[in-house]
Amino acid sequence: MFRFNQISFSYGKKSPELFHDFSMELNAGNVYGLLGKNGAGKSTLIYLMTGLLAPQAGEVLMDGENVRRRLPKTMSDIFLVPEEFDMPQLTLKKYVSINAPFYPRFSMEDMERYLDIFEMSGMMDVKLHALSMGQKKKVFMAFAFATNTRALIMDEPTNGLDIPSKSQFRKLVTTGMSDDKLMLISTHQVRDISDILDHVVIIDQSHVLLNTGMADVTSRIAFRPLREGDQPIFVLQSPFGPLGAVPARDGEETKVDLEMLFNATLQNPAAINQLFTTSK
Amino acid sequence: MNFKDNKAIYLQIADRIGDQILSGSLTPDGKVPSVRELAAEIEVNANTVARTYDHLQHNGIIYTKRGLGYFVSPDARDQIVARRRNQLMQGEMDYFLGQLKAVGITPDELQRLYQDYLNK
Repeated sequence: MFRFNQISFSYGKKSPELFHDFSMELNAGNVYGLLGKNGAGKSTLIYLMTGLLAPQAGEVLMDGENVRRRLPKTMSDIFLVPEEFDMPQLTLKKYVSINAPFYPRFSMEDMERYLDIFEMSGMMDVKLHALSMGQKKKVFMAFAFATNTRALIMDEPTNGLDIPSKSQFRKLVTTGMSDDKLMLISTHQVRDISDILDHVVIIDQSHVLLNTGMADVTSRIAFRPLREGDQPIFVLQSPFGPLGAVPARDGEETKVDLEMLFNATLQNPAAINQLFTTSK
Repeated sequence: MNFKDNKAIYLQIADRIGDQILSGSLTPDGKVPSVRELAAEIEVNANTVARTYDHLQHNGIIYTKRGLGYFVSPDARDQIVARRRNQLMQGEMDYFLGQLKAVGITPDELQRLYQDYLNK
């Protein structure tokens, strides 16, 4: 659905280049987790793929159209939930009546269902600016999901959500996802979203260090206490002995530890790369 | 659904379905929730649940009727009991017996404990 074609980008002539000759493809039917350290370019990547920033070289295509042209047919099929945003001084009802027409597949029924999942039903007449940050986020996300755009892109969606809302957010994703959609979640809160991802993308300045399916990770890497004969890619000391990310042996399959995968990938990108490029 | 760290999620979901078959909340030839339904309920990626169903189908625990979804195999119960018995004997039993030995529980004592447990 999205194709980054050899893009280069910096925030000005004097700023360092954040992306250089960067290429990547993202396909429909997947929930992507976008991981990277602070300053790795996650938010920039999101703004590039939604046409809010223009690369100095290369292009980002959605279904073959350059997103930077911001064509109505492209924009009506992408929804971005930024990390921070302001809501206008309107009731939710008014907000929906103004914004929903831009999204042909918007469904009021879905909106109500998503508000219900967030335990925010009956909010239609409440003024948006009177809501707390977390409530604003939930209302905005309910709207985002209800637009039914094929691409839904979220920057740190679980930031500012209380403990029950994180589980509700996962329910929103697993309820709203379908084979023709693409969701991309950029986050540091890997524990919040680990179970709902199809695919993990780890980036570091101008490089995709890892772009692979979770099932692929499960079959190639085991996350567990170390045993004799292991050749770990990453080791974590714990009070109960060393844990690690190790090449999976004898068909063993463990739950993916995204945090460990992330640290392993940053610390030892060559080993990770080799592990994922050898055929299984 | 809360997952343990030591086992792939798709297998933990398979265990849960196995529990439901053993407890009778899923019955032979009864319908299993669709992939999307179960994914939404337990807040897990749909492809992970699809993998669980492939695994269960491969092991003869569920079967599919084209266009209608997944159903519990008539002999699912026996299959699950056999598999779990096998797992128990190969893995946990060894650890359990080791613990019994370590704290000095005699075979007679164990027999009494187990008999009491069954009588409860």
